[in-house]
Amino acid sequence: MAFTLYALIQTAILFTNAIAVLHEERFLSKIGWGAEQSIGGFGDEPGIKAQLLNLIRSVRTVMRVPLIAVNSVCIVLLLLFG
Amino acid sequence: MEYPVQSGFRQRKIQPEVRMRGAPVDPGDPRLLFDDTSAGGIGHRQALLSDPVSNLAMVYGSSLASHGREMMDQNLDRFIPISKLKYYFAVDTVYVGKKLGLLVFPYMHDNWEVSYQQDTPVAPRFDINAPDLYIPVMGFITYILVAGLALGTQNRFSPEILGIQASSALVWLIIEVLAVLLSLYLVTVNTDLTTIDLVAFSGYKYVGMIVGVIAGLLFGRMGYHLSLLWCCVSIFVFTIRTLRLKILSEAAAEGRLVRGAKNQLRMYLTMAIAAAQPVFMYWLTFHLVR
Repeated sequence: MAFTLYALIQTAILFTNAIAVLHEERFLSKIGWGAEQSIGGFGDEPGIKAQLLNLIRSVRTVMRVPLIAVNSVCIVLLLLFG
Repeated sequence: MEYPVQSGFRQRKIQPEVRMRGAPVDPGDPRLLFDDTSAGGIGHRQALLSDPVSNLAMVYGSSLASHGREMMDQNLDRFIPISKLKYYFAVDTVYVGKKLGLLVFPYMHDNWEVSYQQDTPVAPRFDINAPDLYIPVMGFITYILVAGLALGTQNRFSPEILGIQASSALVWLIIEVLAVLLSLYLVTVNTDLTTIDLVAFSGYKYVGMIVGVIAGLLFGRMGYHLSLLWCCVSIFVFTIRTLRLKILSEAAAEGRLVRGAKNQLRMYLTMAIAAAQPVFMYWLTFHLVR
């Protein structure tokens, strides 16, 4: 399978967009993955599910603004070069 | 060389100019920074330097260039830790030979621990268990060249194929390192494995791939399958023995059975990372040997 670096960048952008569009109260709370449901005690073992929820929440917080910029650049480039 | 009659001191300056064409470069001399090797070089340089203002401008420009280079080096060090990278390339021939032997035959080696010297890991030159980047980088380049060779013997070669193979292998390496990083984060392992360490461990499989493809070129498909099988098992054992010490807790790494979900998960993670190596080795080479 001939992957190119461009395909990797596309995959990364698509994945990050997919994580960014998960809505907090409409979706994540409904399936029990909300932010307030994962705060356990301050034990030493967060567990995989808590880590995953933490990761999703931090990606959504951190990548919101850069994704706007990256997506705009992508739109402009795709419009110009097809 | 026609130029207007110079005063005495300029004529004295011309003589060392002509002699310096073949002399070793003086690093402190700003005039030799941009060496002009064209035929009219000597005349041009003297015509330039005859004007003191442009001489001053040239000295100022070259000092700006060196200042800019220093600044760029400092800033580059923030993104790519060049000083840390130098540790991974501090290898010598004995280390490389022993490590290559260890990658192909890891069954006799006893002590897999990385030795430390007052909290900093010892350079790879002195410790065979330390990860290095020299073998992965050289292995990657050799793999691309051997892939080109293999495709050439089947009349499937074109210069773009080299670029496609290179970017494809690089992309799979990046995907693998990202997957390992993600799984290490999810399992909350307190390890001192850095990203560069993971790149190094993922790059060790190129050695096995090269051996497999060369055996396939020399001995046909049977040779390819046999040598690839041997190298896959070796890399599996090597990866498990190396990563076990870094990922598992110390009691479990010494071989004693430690019950508990945490250690079991970490063992599964180590085995998954080790099992991914043969898969990648086969995936990246099977289309090269017909």
